[in-house]
Amino acid sequence: MDIKRIVFVGVGGQGNLLSSRVLGEAALLAGIPVNVSEVHGMAQRGGVVESAVVLGGALSSIVSKGEADVLIGFEPSETLRAMEKCSRETTVITNVTPLIPFTVAVGKGVYPNIKEVLNLIRKKVKRLIALNADALAEKAGSAMAVNIVMLGALAQSNTIPITADQLKEALKENLSQKLWDINLKAFDLGYEAAKK
Amino acid sequence: MHELLSGKPGDKRLLLGNEAIARGAIEGGLAFATAYPGTPSSEVALNFFQIKQETDLYFEYSTNEKVALEVAAGAAVSGLRTMVTMKHVGMNVAADPLMTLAYTGVNGGMVILTADDPSLFSSQNEQDNRYYARLSGLPMLEPTTPQEAKEMTLAAFDLSEKLKVPVLLRTTTRINHSRGVVTLGKIRPRKTQGNFKKDPFSYVTVPAVSRNLHVKLLQVYDQAMALANQSSFNEIIGQGKWGIVTQGVGFCYVQDALDDLKTKESFSVLKLGFSYPFPAETVKKFLSQVDKVLVVEELEPVMEQELRAVAQTMGRTIPIQGKGVDRLSRLFEYDPSQVRSAIARYFGIPVQDRQAVDLSDIPPLPGRPPNLCPGCPHRSTFYAVKKVAGEEAIYPTDIGCYTLGMLPPLSAADFLICMGSSVSTASGFSRALDKHVIAFIGDSTFFHSGITGLVNAVHNNHKFTLIILDNETTAMTGHQPHPGVNMALLGLPNTQISIEAVVRGIGVKHLSVVQPRKVRQTMEAVQKALDFDGVSVIISKEICPLYAKRVAPPAKIRAFMINENRCKNHRDCVNLFACPAFYVEENQVKINENLCIGCAVCSQVCPENAIIPRK
Repeated sequence: MDIKRIVFVGVGGQGNLLSSRVLGEAALLAGIPVNVSEVHGMAQRGGVVESAVVLGGALSSIVSKGEADVLIGFEPSETLRAMEKCSRETTVITNVTPLIPFTVAVGKGVYPNIKEVLNLIRKKVKRLIALNADALAEKAGSAMAVNIVMLGALAQSNTIPITADQLKEALKENLSQKLWDINLKAFDLGYEAAKK
Repeated sequence: MHELLSGKPGDKRLLLGNEAIARGAIEGGLAFATAYPGTPSSEVALNFFQIKQETDLYFEYSTNEKVALEVAAGAAVSGLRTMVTMKHVGMNVAADPLMTLAYTGVNGGMVILTADDPSLFSSQNEQDNRYYARLSGLPMLEPTTPQEAKEMTLAAFDLSEKLKVPVLLRTTTRINHSRGVVTLGKIRPRKTQGNFKKDPFSYVTVPAVSRNLHVKLLQVYDQAMALANQSSFNEIIGQGKWGIVTQGVGFCYVQDALDDLKTKESFSVLKLGFSYPFPAETVKKFLSQVDKVLVVEELEPVMEQELRAVAQTMGRTIPIQGKGVDRLSRLFEYDPSQVRSAIARYFGIPVQDRQAVDLSDIPPLPGRPPNLCPGCPHRSTFYAVKKVAGEEAIYPTDIGCYTLGMLPPLSAADFLICMGSSVSTASGFSRALDKHVIAFIGDSTFFHSGITGLVNAVHNNHKFTLIILDNETTAMTGHQPHPGVNMALLGLPNTQISIEAVVRGIGVKHLSVVQPRKVRQTMEAVQKALDFDGVSVIISKEICPLYAKRVAPPAKIRAFMINENRCKNHRDCVNLFACPAFYVEENQVKINENLCIGCAVCSQVCPENAIIPRK
């Protein structure tokens, strides 16, 4: 089985760990060997959070520089920061809505121009899927569902051996029933957006 | 039912390493567990805390790791299966009882988890706790995956009962915080009633007794060595002439590397899971079948040195190397390509790495360091203190969320070495320098190891101000209770200990309790404390908003906004107070209403009174 390495990056509070966990659970349902690495503790206080899912039978759970098959960024500047994980062969899926770091608000750094960020990424990797996950999450009924919109986009990207249905099944297992409607809608909106 | 109690033997679950360890302990008939939380160990204890609510498992969050180990020691000597969990630096705190508990031994199986943190994701150092096995003489097991973490925890109980000493289970962050597929096993019944047979000549460690016990410990070492040599956790994989010795997560990187390099048949891999006593017979067998050895181990060259020692006893002079090969270093955690590259370089195998994209044209990205949350009461305290005491005062700090106060613009942290050090180092600073000294410590850390420092400060008549940041929980590690917590908020019998009463009991003559969200009142309290000649204490009390959201949600959050007509762009709110709910758009400060929790502190900071509640 081909090894597939998927890296998720985002900002503390964006639900990064739920996405990687749902992908991991979906792999378990699909009978695909899987390892997931997560970040807990100090790094979660508004800092950068990275997790990774390795599918297909490798024993490692972390991904070295240049070795991600898919990079999923929940925030565009964080996608760019994590580009060291990418090679020419990588598919990048990114949210385009910025979460301006506080350092910018206090004048310690400049937030890059989103359009330039996307152009830079696009020319370096195999494929870039960019979507406004924040808008889609709001449309689905909760600003908190950005992480699930991104999972929907991943399902559509045809980069992993796991189906949208398997991901939805795993999603339901990990969420209380009252959250199913919003999150399944967020998933579908992400899936549709990635087609464009 | 708790997730880790359900499921049939044979079921497969995607478990975090720490969940796998907790499940392994439950399968092993764990009856009694203690812990002080600390990343990356915390989720093991969290699961025990939850499981305790619905079973007869005894679990407690102890005040610190030394206490946790001692409490568990009493139960283990009485025959119960016990577990104590801590992060690597917690083992330093527990080292005192550990060294002599190794002498007395235990009757019920005792497993001590030490969770190391290479790369310092959430720690003040990256010490290698494999040395604690060598220091104490106790056996050590080191899993490579969550599945093995579960199996080893279970096996560690049996091993401990066989040898009648505690067994150390050593993990690293990448084991604790990786998820993998774990096959569940049968849950053994737990024995919760102990039996202690008095035998002071075995258990009361006066010199005459301990002389005998040390002899006994060395006999245990020999027995453990024999078991390590036979253990299925120690495995020679392959028959090639090129040898690799590895343990922990390094084993995973080595296996993946050999798959990538497509030269598996050239290698013999020695995987050491039962890693101390260093299994000399297994190692000799391995050394006699290879002509060159690479050691893949994060942090210190522990196995590398032991391998050389074993090779010397058998007169084998083959190259044995680890540290210094390619990028293998004593610093930080390893990653798969680093290990693959070292193997390729050392054995001369061609390797084709995937080329990472060129990032030389990427614009400099703004940093995103972790930050105190919007509405965090620590920020308000730091703001008020800095207003009064300024940049000249010395600010020893301690371990918790409030360590983030070191970042500008608050910049309220000057020295930190370990849990509790704020209080005691403040004593030293105040004697050595002619400056105001203001130390910060959290509520949980105060109980952990701040109290003894405060007793010392009062007794020795030091002069500084201690600010106890009481946010009513252990916030940094995930809101665990501690002795000062109102347990009723968690629906449990309340056993809360008043910090104020403790401080008064110690004999502190100047004590004030402030609400940090009242800025002027807090500043006045700081000024008075600084004016006092002796040890002064301020308890700054306000519940952690993240914790409050869960246990005592405020009725209504009323976010604040900037009245743009009044705002004159002084930017004190951003430049001095720096709540992350602020942002600047078109040269106008604004407040993100989704982030603002309405604490109203910024409205007291603004010189123009331009920050007002939303309608």
